[in-house]
Amino acid sequence: MYFDLSKPQKLLQQSVRDFCKREIPISRVRALMETDSAMDDSLWMEMAEQGWIGLHLDEQYGGLGLGPVELSVVAEELGRACVPGPWLSTNWAATLLASIGGPVASELLPGVFDGSMRITIAALEEQGSWSFDPAVMETRLSENGKKTVTEAVTVNVLNGRKYLVQHAQQADHLLCVAGVDDELCLLTIPVASDGLRITSTPGIDATRKVYQCDFSNVPIRRDQILARGDEARQALQQSQNVAMVAVCSEMLGILQWLLKTTVEYAKSRKQFDRVIGSFQVVQHMCADLLLLTESARSAVWNAAWALQENLDANRAVAVAKVYVSDAVRKAGNLAVQSHGGIGFTWEHDLHLYYKRAKADEYLFGDATFHRERLAEMILG
Amino acid sequence: MDLNLTPDEQKFRDELRSWLAANVPEPWPGHRRGEADAGYWDHLRDWQQKLFGGGWAGVSWPVEYGGRGASPIQQSIFLAEVARARAPEHFGVIGEGLVGPTIMAVGSEQQKQKFLPRILSGKDIWCQGYSEPNSGSDLASLSTRAIRDGEHFVVNGQKIWTSFAQIADWCLLLVRTDTSVAKHKGITCLLVDMKSPGVSTKPLRQMSGDSGFNEVFFTDVRVPIENQLGELNNGWRVGLVVLMNERANLGASVYVSFEETMRQLIEHCRTRKRNGRLLAEDPLVRQNIAQAHVELELFRLNTDRALSRSNAGETPGPEGSILKLYWSEMNQRLSQTAMEILGDTAQLSTFDNGNWAYRYLRSRGNTIEGGTSEIQRNILAERVLGMPKSY
Ligand SMILES: Cc1cc2nc3c(=O)[nH]c(=O)nc-3n(C[C@H](O)[C@H](O)[C@H](O)COP(=O)(O)OP(=O)(O)OC[C@H]3O[C@@H](n4cnc5c(N)ncnc54)[C@H](O)[C@@H]3O)c2cc1C
Repeated sequence: MYFDLSKPQKLLQQSVRDFCKREIPISRVRALMETDSAMDDSLWMEMAEQGWIGLHLDEQYGGLGLGPVELSVVAEELGRACVPGPWLSTNWAATLLASIGGPVASELLPGVFDGSMRITIAALEEQGSWSFDPAVMETRLSENGKKTVTEAVTVNVLNGRKYLVQHAQQADHLLCVAGVDDELCLLTIPVASDGLRITSTPGIDATRKVYQCDFSNVPIRRDQILARGDEARQALQQSQNVAMVAVCSEMLGILQWLLKTTVEYAKSRKQFDRVIGSFQVVQHMCADLLLLTESARSAVWNAAWALQENLDANRAVAVAKVYVSDAVRKAGNLAVQSHGGIGFTWEHDLHLYYKRAKADEYLFGDATFHRERLAEMILG
Repeated sequence: MDLNLTPDEQKFRDELRSWLAANVPEPWPGHRRGEADAGYWDHLRDWQQKLFGGGWAGVSWPVEYGGRGASPIQQSIFLAEVARARAPEHFGVIGEGLVGPTIMAVGSEQQKQKFLPRILSGKDIWCQGYSEPNSGSDLASLSTRAIRDGEHFVVNGQKIWTSFAQIADWCLLLVRTDTSVAKHKGITCLLVDMKSPGVSTKPLRQMSGDSGFNEVFFTDVRVPIENQLGELNNGWRVGLVVLMNERANLGASVYVSFEETMRQLIEHCRTRKRNGRLLAEDPLVRQNIAQAHVELELFRLNTDRALSRSNAGETPGPEGSILKLYWSEMNQRLSQTAMEILGDTAQLSTFDNGNWAYRYLRSRGNTIEGGTSEIQRNILAERVLGMPKSY
């Protein structure tokens, strides 16, 4: 048993860390988050050049062919630097496409990996949940009966609404989860499609932009239906597992930043003629931050490894999402409290991480959601 | 990263499993809590001898001292497998886990030869005489005195909370040998025969009903100077080797018992009803069971990570405090979760032999024994995070 990063993984970690330090200082994070897209084309192309988009995906599509552990290493560093933009949503979408395979994957993925093609996923609905029950899904595909000029291609239409779609406005294509009859289906939809309206809905975390997508009789050709039924469900689940490892790793990066920043502050800030880090209550908050961070690391590495080995990844990933979602919230609260008033200001960087963590806590389901999934696995 | 056991580790586990299958005795029939009877202790001693005979005593000890030279990971496999096989509890835990390694680290050749084999064979049971009525967390303030008299130390004073003292043959004792220097610098470690004239033991009953720990009184007890362990006035350092070991070791053995508790709790959820509904169908119960599962998994993973580090040759350091802090507080939450799910019934001694109430009460001691949670947090803040001392 060897429960640590390998040498090459440590090198990757260092190179991402160095890149972030050099290219994405917190001043650039702040500048980007004030823009409409939180995205900078030249930064995106540089990240693509580094191979960080789809690094865990097959070389046949232009990925690096590395594994979930490497994906986790990169995500942690991007979280630690609070890097804005669509890295996470793009990797989620790319994973979904790759696990479905077929002509659309071959057509889109190379461009996704080199940065020229932008994709995201429209999945969540306001009255749905991350378990995507097709029976109650508002966004539905239905046949309208008409034939197109191209022979034998039935045109369907999509109606409904998705929300919290990351970076939809900056995407070229949406992958959309919809209900058809009593099944799930996965669609690919160019953002320029007729009947698709994308509206900005600013969220708590300004480093990632989220949008509402309204579909009103959007025409869907048969070749836009990527998968249905069990195949769609499985591909979605698998891609969510990968994306959850990534988001948990990002939260781990945030935890690491919170710990370091809080301990440093406690060692320098003076009150009553002594540094506040000499007060035991503050020390104990820092000790708890350490415990949360180290435990989160164990959970994240285990989930990444289980995914890589194709073990009972559903369980390992759910355990990580439960633990890390709760841990990052508690840690954020400890960090703000230990900072006093300065920690409550816009000027201090803490709130950037705090809000990113809050959004991550819900992304792909919060701790309560995944506890119920685990209960299902344990108790039936 | 590779969380699978290596072929060597698997081979070790398989050998051990088949040995255990053939050798684990029937469980001791008597009630083993409260007033422990002599038969029970003999039962444990017999087991230790069986382990010794089979070459499974002191697995982590170097081969030259009669051990098996097992790696930290193999040792944790050993502890887990023994517990899963429902073997008798390991009552030589202080001798084998704490005293032995300390003697190996700082003991004289003669001490090694005299004491180590007797620990492995179960002939000698050890206790750890550190805490005193006025020196608990502030252990270095201890005042049990040892004064040199010819070829002996003469010891006077009192220890308290000493686990196993009522049956122990020997005691690893911290005493003050110099009162004129800073408190950490005047402590010496002695190996004391519990049958020496002047040693008396008085059991203390714990809130859980056990009499697991004791008061131990020393009145003009003569200890030969060859039983000084390590250098004179270096007892604080010697004693700390043991404490670090203690924190790193405990995890693997307690994990399995928590796992078993969880299994039983899940079983109850599947079969017991409240207001006509299975516990397993209650959404709050489901949340709580899942949360307990997550926390238990985290304990296993944190322990495995620490083991993997010591396997790579890093000595157990202050981060061991993370493990101790985590499992002790987790066990209290787990015990409370069980009480909450099982409800009113759980307090009864007639339900599951009173195990749930017992676990619940016993877990209160977890955040006190081996250094309180507050002390663990101090250690993490000061020694791991480098914050200034608070006192
Ligand atoms: C089940 C059990 C088994 C034990 N077995 C043994 C044994 O075999 N051998 C042995 O020698 N001892 C043993 N002990 C004793 C144990 O090590 C002590 O109880 C422990 O170290 C605490 O000391 P104390 O009881 O004197 O409490 P105190 O030190 O008086 O602590 C009282 C409270 O004050 C807090 N406190 C004290 N100092 C600080 C500080 N600096 N900062 C913040 N808070 C502080 C503590 O955390 C605690 O909450 C055992 C205890 C238990 C419960």
